Amino acid sequence: MWQFIPTLLGVVLLVFFLFNWVGGDPAYILAGKIANPERIEEIRRSLGIDQPYWVQLWIFIKQIAVADFGASWSTNERVAQIFATRLGPSLTVLLPLLIISTVLALAAAMLVAYYRGSLTDRAIMIGCTVGQSISILVYILVFQYLLAYQLGWFPVQGWGGTLAENLLGYAALPILVGVVVSLAPDIRLYRSFFLEEINQDYVRTARAKGLGEGRVMWLHVLRNASIPVITNVMTQIPGLLAGAFLIERFFSIPGIGREVILAVERSDFPVIKAVSVYVAVATMIINLAADLVYRALDPRVQLK
Amino acid sequence: MSLWLLAWRRLLRDRVGVASAAIVLAFILIAAASAAGFIARDWGQEVGVSYAPPGFLGPEIEHERAAAITSGPQEDYGIADPLAEELAEIRARLTGAAGTEARATTLAFGGDKWGRDVVKKAIKGTETSLVVGLAAATLAAFLGTLFGALAGYHGGWLDDFFNWLYSVFTSIPYLLLVLAIAAVLNQKGVLTVILILGLTGWTGIFRLIRAEYLKHKVREYVLAADAIGASDARRMFAHILPNVSHVVLVQLSLHVVLFIKSEVILSFLGFGVGVDTVSWGSMLAEAPSELILGMWWQIAAATAAMALAVTAFSLFTDAVRDALDPRLQ
Repeated sequence: MWQFIPTLLGVVLLVFFLFNWVGGDPAYILAGKIANPERIEEIRRSLGIDQPYWVQLWIFIKQIAVADFGASWSTNERVAQIFATRLGPSLTVLLPLLIISTVLALAAAMLVAYYRGSLTDRAIMIGCTVGQSISILVYILVFQYLLAYQLGWFPVQGWGGTLAENLLGYAALPILVGVVVSLAPDIRLYRSFFLEEINQDYVRTARAKGLGEGRVMWLHVLRNASIPVITNVMTQIPGLLAGAFLIERFFSIPGIGREVILAVERSDFPVIKAVSVYVAVATMIINLAADLVYRALDPRVQLK
Repeated sequence: MSLWLLAWRRLLRDRVGVASAAIVLAFILIAAASAAGFIARDWGQEVGVSYAPPGFLGPEIEHERAAAITSGPQEDYGIADPLAEELAEIRARLTGAAGTEARATTLAFGGDKWGRDVVKKAIKGTETSLVVGLAAATLAAFLGTLFGALAGYHGGWLDDFFNWLYSVFTSIPYLLLVLAIAAVLNQKGVLTVILILGLTGWTGIFRLIRAEYLKHKVREYVLAADAIGASDARRMFAHILPNVSHVVLVQLSLHVVLFIKSEVILSFLGFGVGVDTVSWGSMLAEAPSELILGMWWQIAAATAAMALAVTAFSLFTDAVRDALDPRLQ
């Protein structure tokens, strides 16, 4: 638990180093093209960057402690407000996406692991390798063009007001794209989890005492292979929150990922700094939770 | 018989491995020929009409649509080009022809907005992507191996320090970290992309190499090297490193794939290579507006090149791993 603090401090230092030292003087970005010296001096004073580095670092740490990163440089919206309003749309896409892709990948992985070495197994594995090698950009472009623009099955992009409208209308195609993209790597990974269990002694015992293949696979093997799957899904969440930016950008979903891209395009440092720190904290908390869940599910595992 | 010879023989028996190795080699040769200027040197030449369709579709299909959209020269802002006459004269003198530059109505596999051949662009993109992937993976493997060796071999405060660095880098999701650095640097270019990807991507290699060094440093051959007075550096890099180099090689290959994919996304978003460089990502960036007009050949060329290269690289990595470590399977 206490190892959090040095890691968090390291993240703070890394973000601070990047934005306050490598990034150059933000006053020039803020003041725009026609900047007079007084204006730049004023901005520098208001941001505190006329102070020595250790004072700036202290200001940054105080901002993190009270969760107040100030206002966005480009829209002047409070950063906390940005996160509060963008979290909902992100989760509307991510939660169904995670659930559907995990269930599908588990089923497919169990199938290919059961028929390991067969033609089906090899064909699906090669298909996964090919599928994984195509950029997510191509999936988004082609799906959006074919299914939404040409065939008109889904809205091309947009976001509505109510949850039902979003979930059934606007979020459906983004979820579909996300599921297709994550299937290939997930099947490969989960297949290896299943293969690890399928040769264990308890499986032979279950067969020896006369259990049917269905019961052996669905009850004994699935339960044990699910343990690493659950922790894998949990540790994916923070990365997905920021990593779904391509999907959110193409489908105009007002989520956190799109906000990250916009912030990077506009050099909106407060937003990027806040995202990095928040996501790092979320990653650490979720990793700890995943460890605890892992131990609860598998008592053999000892935490250090 | 050495490990490498055994692995080589096993690799030769693996048909998928041999085939993928041949494709990887072909891609590397194409990239090298393109870098040396033997092929696709004239990729920037506007040889066809704007959005020239592929030859097998014939000039009629789509061509009228394309012509309707982009009637007139591209950079016509409503004023006559004051240099047009001089340029035409120079061009005529250079080619020695009559100066009437004939533009093809179709190209073998289609053209982009400026009438450039998409196959040549894809070849140039292959060069960019492979250079970025290989260079960034080499940098990441170098850093990961060096840090992992120091941490695993020495232990103590060095180990603590590198573990701390590892946990800091891994607690920010990879692409978010890459984007944050791209935002801060705010300059495009192949070298920038290589540095961003290489300096952030060493963590996975570090963890594996550190574990290998922990395992190896108590082995008898290392103790024997200690007994004959080999220095720490010599034990780390002359004795242990050759014994863990197969791990480095497999990771290097895996990271080439990862970095090629990351470069495509970065370039697509406009944070990657510069505007004068073609990459698969910058080709895909032109695709959305083309697709709406029904022009699919540029996205097809970029996707085909990338899918083939990355699939071959992934299968090759699997084959190398299986050949080096037959216990896995």
